[in-house]
Parts: sequence; structure tokens; C-alpha cells
Amino acid sequence: MTFELASLTPAIPEIFLALSGMLFLMIGVFRKEDSTQLLSWLGVAAMAVTGYLIIRGPETALTFQDLFIVNGFTSFAKILVLIGAALTLLMINSWAQVAKTARFELPILVVFATLGMMMMVSANDLISVYLGLELQSLSLYVLAAYHRDNTRSTEAGVKYFVLGALASGLLLYGSSLVYGFGGTTAFAGLAAAMHGGEAHLGVVIGIVFVIAGLAFKVSAVPFHMWTPDVYEGAPTPITAFFSVGPKIAALCLFLRILVGPFAPMIEQWQQVIVLISILSMLWGSFAAIAQKNIKRLMAYSSIGHVGYALIGLVVGNEEGARGLLFYLLIYLFMNIGTFAVILSMRVNGKYVEEISDLSGLQKNHPGMAMALAALMFSMAGIPPLAGFLGKYFIFVAAVNAGFVPLAIIGLLASVVGAFYYIRIIKVIYFDEPGAAFDKPDAVNSAIMGVCAALMLVYFVVPSKLVEGAASAARALFLG
Amino acid sequence: MTPETGMAVGLSHYLTVGAILFTIGIFGIFLNRKNLIVIMMSIELMLLAVNINMVAFSAFLNDLVGQVFTMLVLTVAAAEAAIGLAIVVVFYRNRRSIEVEDINTMKG
Repeated sequence: MTFELASLTPAIPEIFLALSGMLFLMIGVFRKEDSTQLLSWLGVAAMAVTGYLIIRGPETALTFQDLFIVNGFTSFAKILVLIGAALTLLMINSWAQVAKTARFELPILVVFATLGMMMMVSANDLISVYLGLELQSLSLYVLAAYHRDNTRSTEAGVKYFVLGALASGLLLYGSSLVYGFGGTTAFAGLAAAMHGGEAHLGVVIGIVFVIAGLAFKVSAVPFHMWTPDVYEGAPTPITAFFSVGPKIAALCLFLRILVGPFAPMIEQWQQVIVLISILSMLWGSFAAIAQKNIKRLMAYSSIGHVGYALIGLVVGNEEGARGLLFYLLIYLFMNIGTFAVILSMRVNGKYVEEISDLSGLQKNHPGMAMALAALMFSMAGIPPLAGFLGKYFIFVAAVNAGFVPLAIIGLLASVVGAFYYIRIIKVIYFDEPGAAFDKPDAVNSAIMGVCAALMLVYFVVPSKLVEGAASAARALFLG
Repeated sequence: MTPETGMAVGLSHYLTVGAILFTIGIFGIFLNRKNLIVIMMSIELMLLAVNINMVAFSAFLNDLVGQVFTMLVLTVAAAEAAIGLAIVVVFYRNRRSIEVEDINTMKG
């Protein structure tokens, strides 16, 4: 087995990020004063360089004995993950300074979690799937419990750890069955072994376990029970990170596994995904209605969004994959923008998180009110905002593939969902004004402004981004 | 080496043991009303069940990948246990308890 340095080229972005993470550890340990601020900015810079390396890297390549793959799809997914991670890292830093909880491990954990997500997306073998997933999950468990003197944060950490470890166990057990009855762990080999949809019952059971494990990670119903508690308990900017990075990476991994090695078994897995998609859309819509805490509301909202995104997975063709990727792109900016607003909900230096606290936002902070209104309308999928287009592409893909009932259920669920998004707008504009928020800091204002503007003006120039998602989807199906 | 009398231990026996251990692990997490350490043990049991599966398949298929996978799972399981215990310790410092029924500040 020869090993050439040149074969590392496709993995250079990951290697760079890993080395930066280790360097940051050294800086954090050896510098006398607190380096959170410095490391956060260095982390964002490292992510930017990583993104540049991805764009400049080879278009399609395999390396590490085919354990690792790079193509248009993985690059697109990684760029999304990096944007999410970099923006949330900025918010995490400004929060850590204000809340006086800065410790230098914070940006480093975010960097390592991001590295794990990139490896998940690039995995081309069940072994690399597992390793990437665990690198991500282990960093996230610690991040959830970051506020270690706070009961709710540590409780979120405990819950996330127990259920996350259970999910990893399910995924691994599934992998072992797929390996045993399929004869290999490599994606290409598995696709060949299952050719024609004829496979041992053991493989089918294995696939079901793998799907259950991944459904946990994307928090699809019925594996969602950890989500509201972890979202509520974890520190707010870390919740923002949870709601974008891991979701995007896990959904991309889900897509890659199901339409890659397991594609011949579409008859078997399609029904399962239809079921969890419908349940997630409905539960995400109905359970959110009763919520008073805005972070809990965002948890149910993200469960609902995962349900819509899974429709793209059900369809299982290029159009569906394009819809899913485009949905993730829009979801990324909607969620980050909303969390930037939630992070600005501060009264006399104390963070508040009830929905009723938003009353009077229109009177005290008209700009922020407008941004939040745009984001909420977009989440509800009201045209002409970007969120509408995301749902539109997904539903069109479903209808074209003959999943009309699924699209109708999705449509009805989004009508119910519109109720609670628009209730927030009602609280902002029509309720009796409450206490005014402190002046939001510059980073959060900038992020919410940019995200809201994207939702509004996006309709003018959609073709470029749709094109990006479409070429990524094409690359996925080329192999 | 198959003994001349009696039953040989074959793949299906290993898989049965693996399945039983895995099920015990899952039930240990969901039915356990005692404390978090038992849950940690259940998680470990699940991962070990997977390892038994992997090694059995590896021997059965004459393919080393399963054993490589097992080594990696063992390594990650160690890291996971360390992080899990650390989280349990910080939780204990706040709540002065690791009873499962005390993990209840957030509901709904």
C-alpha cells in the first residue's frame, strides 16, 4: 500500500482546519490573558481560508483508499456549513463578551465541530461517516453544557449526550449489519452489492437502523424529543449553531447515503422517509403553537423545516436533491437572522427569551422589528420572500415525482405553521409595548440586517443560487 | 477447529448475543429510572454489542475492515465515555443529584 503526498490534495481544506484548531489550542493554553476574542476572529479567518481552499480545490476526487470523496455536492454542502459556523462563531463571541462567560475553548470547539461536519459530508464509507459524526457530536455535547454553572445548560448537555450516544449506537448497529450482509463498508461496494434492489433481509434491517440514527441527528419526528430541551437549555448563540451547522451536515449526509449506496433499495426506505417527513411537518407545526419560550419555538420550527427538507429526500431524484439543497441554503440565513434577533433580546443587561418580551419592538427598535417580520414571513413561506421559493422547489419536485398527497400535507402543515410565525409579528406590532431592549451590538445588527435583506431582495436574483444548488445536485447523481 | 461432537459456535450465535446485548442496552436507557451512571453503562453495552457483531462478521467474511472498524469504535467509545462523565459531573455540581427523575427543569 503506497502512500503519496499528492493524494492528500482533496482533503487539504479539512487538514488546514484541523491544524488551525490544534494551533488555536496552543495559543489558548500559552497566552497569559484570555484569548476568546482573538481565537474567535482567527477561527472565522480559518473558516474563510478553508472555504477558499474548497473552491480552489479539485472538482471531483477520491482519496484515503476511497474513504473520502470530493465533488460539487460536497463542496456546496461544506460551504453552507462554513458560512453557518462562521456567522454563529461571530455571534458566540459577542455573546461571550457581553455575558462574561468567555473561555478560549469555545471557538476551538466550534472549529472542531465544523471539521467533523465537513468530514461527514465528504464521507464515502461507513467508517468515515461514523468518525465524522462523532467528531461533530462530541464537540456539540460539550458546547451544549458550556454554561457549566447553569442547571439548564448542564441538563441540556446531559440530555443531548444520552440521546446523541443512543443515536450513534443505532447508526453503528445498522452499519454493522449492512457491513456483514452487504460484505463491505465502502459506498461504491455497497451500491454494487445491492444492485437491482435484491439484498439480504439483514441489509434492510441495517438500513432501517442507519435511518433511525440519522433521523435522531436531524431531529425528525419520532426521534425529536431531545430538540426542544437542548435548544432551550443551551446558551442562545450555541443553539443558533445547533440549528444550522449540524442540521445541514446531517441532512446532506442523509441525502448522500440514501441516494448513494442505498439508492437501489429506494422501495424499502422511501416509505420510512415519507412517514417521518409527514410526522415532522405536522408535529413541528402543531406543537409550536403552545410555546411561550422563543428558543423552544425555534426548536419546533426547525423540526418542521426538517420535515419539509425531507420531502426532497423522499423524491430521491436530482430535482428533489436540488430542492433540498436550496431549502437548506434559505434555511441557513433565515435561522441565523432570527437568532441574531433573539440574541438582541436583552433588558438591562439580562437576556430574556419569552415571546411576549418582544412586544413593543416596533416602537423601540423599528429596524429590528422590520427584520424580524421579514424573517418570520419568510419562515412561514409567504411569497415573495425567499422562504416561499425554498418550499416551492420542494413541493414542485414532489408533485413532478407523483407525491401529490405528500405535497398537499406539506402545504397544509405550512398553513398551520404560518399561524405561529405570524403570531410573533402580531406581538411585535400590535401588543401593548413592554420594556425596551438594550442597544443591540454591532455584529448582531449586521447579521440580522444582511439575513433579512437576503430574504427580501432574494427574489430579484434567484437564478445564481438555484444554479449552485442545481449543479451540486447534478454532481451528487454523477457519483 | 470444530469439535467432533456437539454444536459449533457459528455466526448466528454471535449475532444473537450481539442483538441481545444491544436490546438490553436500549432498554437500559429507556426503562432505567435510577441514575445516569446506569445509562452510561447501557450506552457502553450497546457499543460493545456492535463490536461483537463487527468482529463476528469480519471473521465470517475473511475481511479485516470489520476489525479496523471495531478498533475505531473502541477508541471513540473511550472519548465518548470521558465526555459523558464530565458532563455528568458538572450536572451533579449544579443539582447535587444524578437521579434520572431529577433531570426535569425543562418540560413541554
